[in-house]
Amino acid sequence: MSILTVSNLTKQFGGLVAVNSVDMAVEKGSITAVIGPNGAGKTTFFNLITGVYQPDNGNVQLGSTSLVGLKPHEISRHGIARTFQNIRLFSNITVLENVMVGLHKQLKAGIVGTLFQTKKVREEEQLAKEEAYHWLEYVGLAKHLNEDAQNLSYGAQRRLEIARALATKPKLLLLDEPAAGMNPRETRELTEFIHRMREDLDVTIVLIEHDMKLVMEISEQIFVLDHGEKIAEGKPAEIRNDVKVIEAYLGKSAVTPA
Amino acid sequence: MNKLTSKLKGNKLAQIILLVLYVLITSLSLYLAQASVTAFLLLLFSLLLLYYTELPDRLKWLIAGVVLIGVIPFVSSTGPGYQSYMEVATVVGIYVAMALGLNIVVGLAGLLDLGFVAFFAIGAYTYGIFATGQAANFMPFGTFPLSGESFWIFILIGCFVAALFGVLLGIPVLRVKGDYLAIVTLGFGEIIRIVFNNLDKPVNITNGAMGLASVKPPEIFGYQFVYPNQFYFIVLAILFLVILAVRRFEFSKIGRSWKAVRENEIAAQSMGIHLVRTKLLAFAIGASFSGMMGVVFAAKQTFVDPTSFTLLESITILVMVILGGMGSVPGVILGAAVITILNLQVLTEVTNYLNQLSLDGVISFPEALAPAKMQRFIFGAILIIFAIYRPQGLIPSKNPVFDEESLKEGSKKHRKEKITVEPDKGFQA
Ligand SMILES: Nc1ncnc2c1ncn2[C@@H]1O[C@H](COP(=O)(O)OP(=O)(O)O)[C@@H](O)[C@H]1O
Ligand SMILES: [Mg+2]
Repeated sequence: MSILTVSNLTKQFGGLVAVNSVDMAVEKGSITAVIGPNGAGKTTFFNLITGVYQPDNGNVQLGSTSLVGLKPHEISRHGIARTFQNIRLFSNITVLENVMVGLHKQLKAGIVGTLFQTKKVREEEQLAKEEAYHWLEYVGLAKHLNEDAQNLSYGAQRRLEIARALATKPKLLLLDEPAAGMNPRETRELTEFIHRMREDLDVTIVLIEHDMKLVMEISEQIFVLDHGEKIAEGKPAEIRNDVKVIEAYLGKSAVTPA
Repeated sequence: MNKLTSKLKGNKLAQIILLVLYVLITSLSLYLAQASVTAFLLLLFSLLLLYYTELPDRLKWLIAGVVLIGVIPFVSSTGPGYQSYMEVATVVGIYVAMALGLNIVVGLAGLLDLGFVAFFAIGAYTYGIFATGQAANFMPFGTFPLSGESFWIFILIGCFVAALFGVLLGIPVLRVKGDYLAIVTLGFGEIIRIVFNNLDKPVNITNGAMGLASVKPPEIFGYQFVYPNQFYFIVLAILFLVILAVRRFEFSKIGRSWKAVRENEIAAQSMGIHLVRTKLLAFAIGASFSGMMGVVFAAKQTFVDPTSFTLLESITILVMVILGGMGSVPGVILGAAVITILNLQVLTEVTNYLNQLSLDGVISFPEALAPAKMQRFIFGAILIIFAIYRPQGLIPSKNPVFDEESLKEGSKKHRKEKITVEPDKGFQA
């Protein structure tokens, strides 16, 4: 059963067609990769799914609900969370509070409750702190809880982004180049961690990634974009030998001998 | 000196004793010396010292309450400067509340607002119109002016009307960001002032540039509030509630969503935060504080006209926030107090002193450097010095510190059975 169904998705920036009639079906519970050269339209594709951009054409469906026209916060409420290629943390607040923001939609406190600090609001707030702390433990950042997010190391910032996304309890998690800037050891840990998340949390994962070793090792299904178009899809073994993919990555000369 | 501070650190008893001594000495000198501005300022300074002591929060609040409610009004009541001190303290309180309101918009939600005084004006006119005969011009029923007893309800009405205008302003304004937001809010501030200035025709609602005179003073059980020493307590009470509210908002779901929006709009939205609602709430709550103080202002001055609500006022409030420390409640309180006291007391005193000197022929100033002109110059110089040496503000904002031990215990309830957590091990499974 597919959890995410994308059909005929198109987005233009002026004359540039960043995403061109892309169809895609992501299996529930799978780990799926979206790959392609720089500028292929992968991030734009994520932005279309999460409502940061509105598509010019086509449809995005989560289960049986269409997401087209919804605002990013509504899409988050439907159960999609993401991380960003260029890390977007709340830099000047603490690590714990970053994750607490992820709990935003499950907290009920309103203006009046906050003003009067009702028992319910205080309890809810305490639970939120504990839960946020729990997510920090899960990604291994617990001891950094009181640091400003901007003071974390690069790898730790990426983990915090994941913790924050997990706090929203997503059905579908989109990771935009999670291994970018990581050393081989960190990348290996990340690979295991992605597997672990899927097992632990019943979450479907779609990731954009350049590290081919990671991609081939981790994903069950791969989609390849180039110049906004989907040029291939299939299992890792199929993609590895796909002529079009090799061409897109290495240029035409790699497949047609001069 | 260093030795002294290191000794004091951690020794709460010594801190209390020193603080009490300080308050006693300054109070006594204010009590005995007739109209000593220095003593008055030093006494106010005790509140800052109090902030830096390491006493428990409750005790701090208690001491601050005693100083503000008891000591300050009492010891300054003997001299001829009584009402002028109380006037200064009252105006400080009004500005502190406004600066705290603007701090929500600028400091917490990160929305640069250059027209903030508009909400103060709205509060002032709301009371001014109904507490003078003015309302009779357009209200089909009721007798005006309303009695001074309506003042208390008007604090709430002013609060809500200002909040409403905060939302109305927000709706068009939230389409723009950053510098453009600043320009649009600046326009809004001017529009409100100009509307008040011209709304004397076709129906005379605001009495235009003439302003509203003889605004009814507040009254309760036949007791009238007319003098600054009486308004002082009204302002103090409202201010207490405002600070309490700000504190509670700041460290709540709502405050976090403001900060998230300030830090990164796209990420905030992808966490499920409703961008427009969050920003409108910041505008509304920030504006409401100003609206309340506007009502008090109208009652205190007994006169309202558009010239009190110029762009310069908006900028002054913004300066208080930035100078004090954006997003920092204690900082903004200090910033508002420093700027107001500089403007009302210190710089005027300096000017008077210099004028006196030149009258006595001790020094003579060329026309271009007349002390009255110097006043703004000194003010500007002080701002520049602060901006250079304390770019984060007088008391920079601080993030909360969470107690790890208590969270460690509680986090276990959130663990699903199959999740295994190995703290601090990073991604290593
Ligand atoms: N907001 C935008 N405005 C204009 N062009 C954009 C915008 N976002 C992306 N693009 C363009 O769309 C193309 C695809 O970009 P992107 O989706 O970031 O690629 P990828 O993530 O695959 O490297 C690029 O040519 C990029 O310059
Ligand atoms: Mg990208």
